[in-house]
Amino acid sequence: MDNTKDKKTNPFINGIIKENPTFVLMLGMCPTLAVTTSAINGLGMGLTTTVVLTLSNIIISALRKVIPDKVRIPAFIVIIASFVTIVGQFLEAYLPALNSALGMFIPLIVVNCIILGRAEAFASKNGVFASALDGLGMGLGFSLALTLIGCVREVLGSFSIFGISFKAPLEAAGLSPIAIFVMAPGAFFVLAAIIAVMSVIRDKQLAAGKQTKIKDVRCDEDCAGCSDSSCVHRFYDPDGKDTAVGKKL
Amino acid sequence: MSTISELLIISIGSAFVSNVVLSQFYGLCPFLGVSKQLKTAGGMGAAVIFVITLASLVSALIYRFLLDPFGLDYLKTIVFILVIAALVQFVEMFLKRFVPSLYKALGVYLPLITTNCAVLGTALTNVQKEYSVLYSVVNGFATAVGFAISICILAGIREKMRYNNIPKAFQGMPIVLVTAGLMAIAFCGFSGLL
Repeated sequence: MDNTKDKKTNPFINGIIKENPTFVLMLGMCPTLAVTTSAINGLGMGLTTTVVLTLSNIIISALRKVIPDKVRIPAFIVIIASFVTIVGQFLEAYLPALNSALGMFIPLIVVNCIILGRAEAFASKNGVFASALDGLGMGLGFSLALTLIGCVREVLGSFSIFGISFKAPLEAAGLSPIAIFVMAPGAFFVLAAIIAVMSVIRDKQLAAGKQTKIKDVRCDEDCAGCSDSSCVHRFYDPDGKDTAVGKKL
Repeated sequence: MSTISELLIISIGSAFVSNVVLSQFYGLCPFLGVSKQLKTAGGMGAAVIFVITLASLVSALIYRFLLDPFGLDYLKTIVFILVIAALVQFVEMFLKRFVPSLYKALGVYLPLITTNCAVLGTALTNVQKEYSVLYSVVNGFATAVGFAISICILAGIREKMRYNNIPKAFQGMPIVLVTAGLMAIAFCGFSGLL
């Protein structure tokens, strides 16, 4: 385990800004689009995922020397699924409103590629404390992104923010909410706009000669023949070193 | 209502009205990632139909005869994901050994499907809606057909879009998302069908 202070604090900040799982890494798209109809739902989903991510990172990191390499993916999935079940039962008992708003996407946290991706790329190689920080940072980065998308959709689609409505004065002025933003198509449009803005920022940084951490999402490749390490099957090949995976796909 | 017409309504509902990708948001990763060419999109669609139908059958049988009678309902997430992962592995090995031509067509897509949330999502939806084994299989098949239809439409549009002049900031993923959004609006039109 790394004992330098630098390495201990870095993973936390890293997940929130530099490697934000949603905007920079483009991971976990399904819940990102599905549950962000309001800021509260986005925040709820983000925090639920953070809890699962942190706990599973801790356990996977603690067991990293015990789990045989060949069965690590199934082992990780069982650990993650157990925590998802526990958290799901907890939400059902204590936060039934959030539970019904998030619906099927609570059990589907199991297949969220952020969690398996962090287990494979970080927790299985680092100490317990660093892994906990990494999980917390990545989870909060995810929560931040979901809350932001939720805010945009809620403000435009139902004239309210965090459930506080400001509909009355705007409707008196003759404006009506753009309902499409809280429906399924709005999710695609908001995410498209956010990624376009990120691309512009990336281009500006590159033009100024600076290094950029923003992934070029204007990828034109087909995943069926691609071994991009930060893509759909990131957890298969986190560092792009496993050439066997690239060949197989 | 007769079973046939009930099954027909479930099928249309799952394939079009509440389309798995465009209104439920399951399986977005392969939808966005493997939709550049119609050929690979078709292969992915076929593989998903194959796996979801099989996974619906197996998970419905396990739920009905193992989890439900013994009151182990809360274990369904863990059991289903393991069964699906094992099933995909098994299907891959089986095809490689016995149906090499089909393996050649679908093989590369199979490893990508394990983490496709459409598979687990459909298995859990079947349980939530209390479908019987037959209904689960039909619902699974229809859901997967809905996926195949939408990924093929998107791939067709993307093939045409290659010749268009797209603003620099929107090239790549953003324009694909905008296209998907427009398709989602079109699919909203099906909601009056049932």
